[in-house]
Amino acid sequence: MDRHEYEHRIINRIVENHGRDTRQLLSILREVQREFRHVSPEAQQKVAQSLGVCITQVSAVVGFYSFLSTVPLGKFDIRISDSITDHMLGSREVAAGLCRKLGIQPGESRQDGRVSLSFTSCTGLCDQGPAGLINGYAIPRLTEDRTDEIARLINDDIPLGEWPEEFFAIKENIRLADRLLGNPVRPGEALERTVALDRETMFGEIETSQLRGRGGAGFNTAWKWRFCYEGPETAAVCPPGQPAAGIERYVVCNADEGEPGTFKDRVLLQSCADQVFEGMTVCAYLVGAKQGFLYLRGEYLYLHDQLEAVLATRRRRGLLGKTILGSEGFDFDIEIRLGAGAYICGEESALIESLEGNRGVPRNRPPYPVTHGYLGKPTVVNNVETFFAAAAIAVHGGEWFAEVGTEKSKGTKLLSICGDCARPGIYEYPFGVTIRQVLEDCGAADVLGVQIGGPSGTFLSDKECDRKLAYEDLATGGSFIVFDRTRDVIGIARNFTHFFAHESCGFCTPCRVGTALLKNLLDKIAEGHGATGDLAELSRLGRFVRSASHCGLGQTAANPILSTLERYPEIYQARLKTIDFEPGFDLDGALATARRLSGRDDADAHLSQS
Amino acid sequence: MTRPTFQIDGKPVTFTEGQTIMEAATAAGVYIPHLCHNPEFEPHGSCKLCTVKVNGRNCSACTFPAADGQEVLNDTAELNELRRTITQMLFVEGNHLCPSCEKSGNCQLQAAAYFLGMTDAHFPFFYPRRELDASHPDILLDRDRCIFCALCVRASRDVDGKNVFAIGGRGIDSRLIVNSPSGRLADTPIAATDKATRVCPVGAILIKRHGFEVPIGERVYDRHTIAEESLEREEPIVEARHG
Ligand SMILES: Cc1cc2nc3c(=O)[nH]c(=O)nc-3n(C[C@H](O)[C@H](O)[C@H](O)COP(=O)(O)O)c2cc1C
Ligand code: SF4
Ligand code: SF4
Ligand code: FES
Ligand code: FES
Repeated sequence: MDRHEYEHRIINRIVENHGRDTRQLLSILREVQREFRHVSPEAQQKVAQSLGVCITQVSAVVGFYSFLSTVPLGKFDIRISDSITDHMLGSREVAAGLCRKLGIQPGESRQDGRVSLSFTSCTGLCDQGPAGLINGYAIPRLTEDRTDEIARLINDDIPLGEWPEEFFAIKENIRLADRLLGNPVRPGEALERTVALDRETMFGEIETSQLRGRGGAGFNTAWKWRFCYEGPETAAVCPPGQPAAGIERYVVCNADEGEPGTFKDRVLLQSCADQVFEGMTVCAYLVGAKQGFLYLRGEYLYLHDQLEAVLATRRRRGLLGKTILGSEGFDFDIEIRLGAGAYICGEESALIESLEGNRGVPRNRPPYPVTHGYLGKPTVVNNVETFFAAAAIAVHGGEWFAEVGTEKSKGTKLLSICGDCARPGIYEYPFGVTIRQVLEDCGAADVLGVQIGGPSGTFLSDKECDRKLAYEDLATGGSFIVFDRTRDVIGIARNFTHFFAHESCGFCTPCRVGTALLKNLLDKIAEGHGATGDLAELSRLGRFVRSASHCGLGQTAANPILSTLERYPEIYQARLKTIDFEPGFDLDGALATARRLSGRDDADAHLSQS
Repeated sequence: MTRPTFQIDGKPVTFTEGQTIMEAATAAGVYIPHLCHNPEFEPHGSCKLCTVKVNGRNCSACTFPAADGQEVLNDTAELNELRRTITQMLFVEGNHLCPSCEKSGNCQLQAAAYFLGMTDAHFPFFYPRRELDASHPDILLDRDRCIFCALCVRASRDVDGKNVFAIGGRGIDSRLIVNSPSGRLADTPIAATDKATRVCPVGAILIKRHGFEVPIGERVYDRHTIAEESLEREEPIVEARHG
């Protein structure tokens, strides 16, 4: 059998295994890549043929997700995390060392096809970095010794399955438990109570808890579920002729957790998955959904099999599937879908696009997913922690939950703490806790500032430690990155700005072009080529991108720049040149091609720009 | 029965339930700058040139539903500056050499830029490398000028039923892609008479052998502003759609 025929058979089998379902395109492409180490143009064509869709639909998806490659990757494909915390732990040096030991350049595959290495956005292992992925599997603590070992294993062609297990051991690092982590729900406990009560009573518990979404935006969870249950309010948004009650509904758990510095959802899924699924099932009962999805970011591939095992056990115990807990008509199941390296897929409507087999481009709103979500049907999308908390509320009641917190922020919040502190990990606090308290608990000293809520949040200086974590003051999805005085503010802003430019989906002009311009301008300033006018421009451009962009990515992409410019103008000033104008491009760099063509590299072939 | 009404820059505009702000404004003879919108197709909402303030918040007029009592701001200095910035961004993002472009004078990007008082590109040029597709006997695809409005995508899909175009890639590396195994236009069923070849607001999709038939100086936007031309062309389309 020749190569083409072989490839064709494999691809056909993969497509077949996915029921020839176009919505599962991303999963199909992930498997094709696992089989052939890339998704070649020919493979894309075959997938398109097998599914009966346009080639463009397939190639547009391949080109969108960073984990999919059109050129062959190495048999061992290494991706090193570019998260700021990994940088601080020396990830770039580790990567350079690895490249040396393996004889490759970043972004390339070795001649013999054995290994490739590249960089990737935050892998969610900020408390145990420098971290990365090997063939998609998380690999923490990449020390010098560890990378020596890894290079040897790769050079000796030892299959990943035979590598020491400790290389892949992910710590949970739960450092402080409060009422949620301290009172785990027994599998089935929340559901037993839910089916025993009538729907309105349970809705009442969620309402009383005043639980707000833990993914960052903080929308009231009971309202969201209620909107989904009651269906589209007007005929204009409801498919004509279909009564709201007859429409399918969906429950989606957002485990995309792409915000750099956030890893609490990973820990919940690693250690308390049952409770997260329980929360989803309670939601399904209340809104009347039959189908749920867990959208798991590709970086958490290592959790996939153990999560499937949890689902299987729940099915066996009658906690998922048909007639759950013997309750007639209570049917619900959960399917896990993996992402493939796209931060934007955490945005709920982009996530739904991804679930439908498309590029992750945020939709126009209104209508919102709660009325027009997956396949245009009412859909609840909630964060992992939101479902986790909801399960506890179903067991202990809304009042129990709302006993702590503040007026507008009830209950507790999980923080993922990393960066310059002695005890990085997961901390659970009642809302209203001060930054000072958190810094003390995690063992941070000589603090320069803290990034709250990840790059899309705010940079706080050491003078703002009395501020509180709560919707009234500092809203947060849970990322808490500590920086000490050895760190460079502009370097931090630069890392984050590069992140957004890399992750912009490209749909709208302000974000697509604006994030790239911000990146180039900040690079120019950081490298000491900025002039006075450039700071004013940076701020103007940043405010433009914030106000004109289509979705939350663009609307927050300038936050790192704007929040550091506001707090540390003198640091930016000091980085400027003392002339009024400086060209936006590198004069000498522009001559590089000419030098290469003419084979010259003497002093006269260079231009000075100062 | 009184029809629902909202205000644009203080002027009352009546609308039909289900209309967007853009449709209602067009029907009322109020021009809101736009590039990716064309009332013949489903709205897309990507260029953001049509940004208006609705009750104090920025919204895309082409996708945002009109509602009774809304206060919409359109022709303000602040919004026009925002729009000017968008045209500048579109110019530096691609490779737009207007003096040698067949679309010059008929180009909506150029006309919108004039209308908004854009006098320079302001930002450094990206000079991206984009592939030119001259494979088709009758149609030229010059990606250097593509602004990702997806009008050709919609026209080919919804009117021609051929699905010839799509947008691929991500972020600043987004590219218009073509639906054939070779990725070339010659290997698609597209024809010069297709709607998809006539909707490009810029000079990215051109019909071959029809260069400079109307001299520069006498072209569409040499004679009318984009506001006048657009209202004249689009008003009847909106009227026909919503009666
Ligand atoms: C660019 C972007 C990325 C996002 N990423 C996530 C994410 O990884 N996880 C998450 O739960 N919410 C994320 N969100 C927020 C979601 O859109 C949505 O608000 C959330 O999933 C709702 O759940 P909640 O109400 O439980 O917070 C993101 C939003 C944006 C704009
Ligand atoms: S497409 Fe329009 S803006 Fe671009 S070069 Fe041609 S005339 Fe100029
Ligand atoms: S080719 Fe023209 S119509 Fe198509 S997306 Fe580009 S600019 Fe729009
Ligand atoms: S691409 Fe998401 S905001 Fe524009
Ligand atoms: S015209 Fe509305 S976003 Fe382009």
